[in-house]
Amino acid sequence: MNTLLRNAWLIPAIPVLSFVLIIFFGKRLPKKGSEIGVAALGISLVLSIATAVAWISRHPVGEGHEKFRHAVDHNLFTWFSMGGTDVRFGIHVDGLTVTMLFVVTLVSFLVHVFSTEYMKGDRRYTHFFAALSLFTSGMLILVTAATTLQMILGWEIMGLCSFMLIGHWWEEQANSDAALKAFFTTRTGDIGLLVGVSVLFFAADRTFNAAKINELALDGHMSHWALLMGATALFVAVIGKSAQFPLHTWLPDAMAGPTPVSALIHAATMVVAGVYLVARMYGVFWSAFSIGAEGHAGVNPIAIIGGITILIAAALAFVQADIKKVLAYSTVSQLGYMIMGLGVGAWTGAVFHIFTHAFFKAGLFLGAGSVSHSGSHHSFDMKKDMGGLKKHMPITYWTFVVCSVALAGLPILAGFWSKDEILLGAGSNGYTAFLVVGLIGAAMTAAYMTRCVYLTFHGEARGNAAEHHPHESPPAITGPLVVLASLAAVSGLLNAPGFELFGKLNLNEVFAHAGIPEHHFSLLYAGGSTLIALLGITAGFLWYFRQLGPHGITERSRLLRAGYVFLDQKYFLDVLYTDYIIGGIKGPIPRAVYWFNQNVLDGVVNGVGVGARAVANFVYDVIDQKIVDGAVNGAGFSAEEGGSVLRVIQNGRVQSYAAVMFGVAAVSALALALIVSR
Amino acid sequence: MLLNEFLFLAAFLFCVGVYGALARKNAVLVLMSIELILNAVNINLVAFAAYGHLIAGQVFALFVVAIAAAEVGVGLAIVLLIYRNRHSVDLTSVNSMKG
Repeated sequence: MNTLLRNAWLIPAIPVLSFVLIIFFGKRLPKKGSEIGVAALGISLVLSIATAVAWISRHPVGEGHEKFRHAVDHNLFTWFSMGGTDVRFGIHVDGLTVTMLFVVTLVSFLVHVFSTEYMKGDRRYTHFFAALSLFTSGMLILVTAATTLQMILGWEIMGLCSFMLIGHWWEEQANSDAALKAFFTTRTGDIGLLVGVSVLFFAADRTFNAAKINELALDGHMSHWALLMGATALFVAVIGKSAQFPLHTWLPDAMAGPTPVSALIHAATMVVAGVYLVARMYGVFWSAFSIGAEGHAGVNPIAIIGGITILIAAALAFVQADIKKVLAYSTVSQLGYMIMGLGVGAWTGAVFHIFTHAFFKAGLFLGAGSVSHSGSHHSFDMKKDMGGLKKHMPITYWTFVVCSVALAGLPILAGFWSKDEILLGAGSNGYTAFLVVGLIGAAMTAAYMTRCVYLTFHGEARGNAAEHHPHESPPAITGPLVVLASLAAVSGLLNAPGFELFGKLNLNEVFAHAGIPEHHFSLLYAGGSTLIALLGITAGFLWYFRQLGPHGITERSRLLRAGYVFLDQKYFLDVLYTDYIIGGIKGPIPRAVYWFNQNVLDGVVNGVGVGARAVANFVYDVIDQKIVDGAVNGAGFSAEEGGSVLRVIQNGRVQSYAAVMFGVAAVSALALALIVSR
Repeated sequence: MLLNEFLFLAAFLFCVGVYGALARKNAVLVLMSIELILNAVNINLVAFAAYGHLIAGQVFALFVVAIAAAEVGVGLAIVLLIYRNRHSVDLTSVNSMKG
């Protein structure tokens, strides 16, 4: 069993291999390389499940409340040595790792299968699969990383691949713009990752080992200021990667990529990476922001950012016409839940939410892909090209509904259990304000998903859905949908009372000693959040299905109209970023640079040029022409003269050589005799 | 014992050998002259050995005889090849190494 855990490095290695194989041989294969990708992810998935089983059957140590399983820290090789520090390349396997491995490989496998049909006939089909494999391996490298440096490696691979995949159809300007926006926005945050990793490296007495850093942070052996700096810097990276307010603007634009990519980005890789980083380095955040300490006054930066993100993103989801953008803002909002959960000390709940969210969000995205593939003729506009698709696409409809309800958080389905745990954590750790935020968010989530389901599948068929012939998608598309919807239905039960597979025992070792609280199911919270979700669904149902309420009020009331425009323009954040910040930088700085260029740099450059020419002239006239040439000519001349003298004795006749030899020998002998006799 | 007679004989033979090696045009005669030079040296060695009762000189003379035999073997082989190529053993015509 330990062999499996120690060899978990195979799981990221296989997709890397698959990437290489597809790039070099993909085009010559009968299915253009997709079979390699599907097979590689299939193997990785099987290995991940085996690893998870090996982890759960690992013998726990400790007593009662302190019971935990030792993580497997396995060094593979020394990556490089620097200033007396050996930087090792190794894997770290614990409950968090195996959870993520399972989620990532499963979702990626289904996305690969889905793409074989969805991307059929695409001009860069092979490259698409290659990038998909590399993208997955980036996330797998991140989750198996033993050191923060390896995390950077996986993190950057994902950044690159997301750029490649979002801009997959780069011939259209909008798509390549979206790819650049995603890349630059996350890059802004990535600076934080480099800074944070460096700060923690020195604060933790020159080690990159993540488990070691956590341990030192929790022991209180690190200076609090260094911890605070490191944690803040890392959190900036998380804000960028996990699309938290105020850097969330790239994620909805990332919908420009093919739908399977959106599913992968939103469910298993990329955005989850940020949440994973907080979860993995939780000891650092826990100590730095005093999450569990008395007198934290119920606030800390992580929870605040998470809370803001939940609300603003959920509000934006109401005004979107593009089905994928609704789902994108929904993801942003759910990521807010995860981050807030980590911020309020509900570590298990947040990780569990990553787990359940992956299934229903991947299901929703693939469902949206199925709708556009077979129902709305490649359009994603719910208001123009959808509606009334329920009877044409029953499988897509029912899986979509199951996933939506799971997202809304009705009992037994996945989202209910995980969201509930986060709310429970917020409530019992004294973060009351965030409990309220979470509940409001839950109601909004339920309502906008009702709207989304209504606009897509109910009512009158509009646009493409009416003009073309909608039909159910082929099995390569519906198969993954059914699998994901089933998991969205039942995966929450893994942490239901009496079957708590997620928790201190399975997930973490370091935190077992740190007093990070563990919460158990509470009927009060469960009932409350169910009620709230039902309220949201009812409101959405009445408004959209029954057409009750003051429709068209945004047209009549100026205040509400302004609110709508404010939402529709995404709080004007993009305007702020592109026009004010970038525009502000674009104007004055180039002018200043130009002035500097003309007056200072040119002066220096010209001065250097004139000086260099004077020096060069001197060198040419005096040194080169006289001294160097003189020496060269002199050497040549003397060699020629010497040669013509010596040429005479080189006459080729053996006896004259012998005569010279005898002569020399005789003279030498005479000289020797004279010297000796003195 | 008189040493001088032996030394005069050796010097005479040496001079004859040097003259032959430098002045004769026939390659075989040049080789023979070189033998004379070597034997002049041998006489010196043996004479000094007998004069000073040192066995080393005689042993050294034996070495010289052996080396001379080898040298003549190689030298005659070279002469033979020169003859095959040029049908003459005239050393003045062998000047292809002229610079």
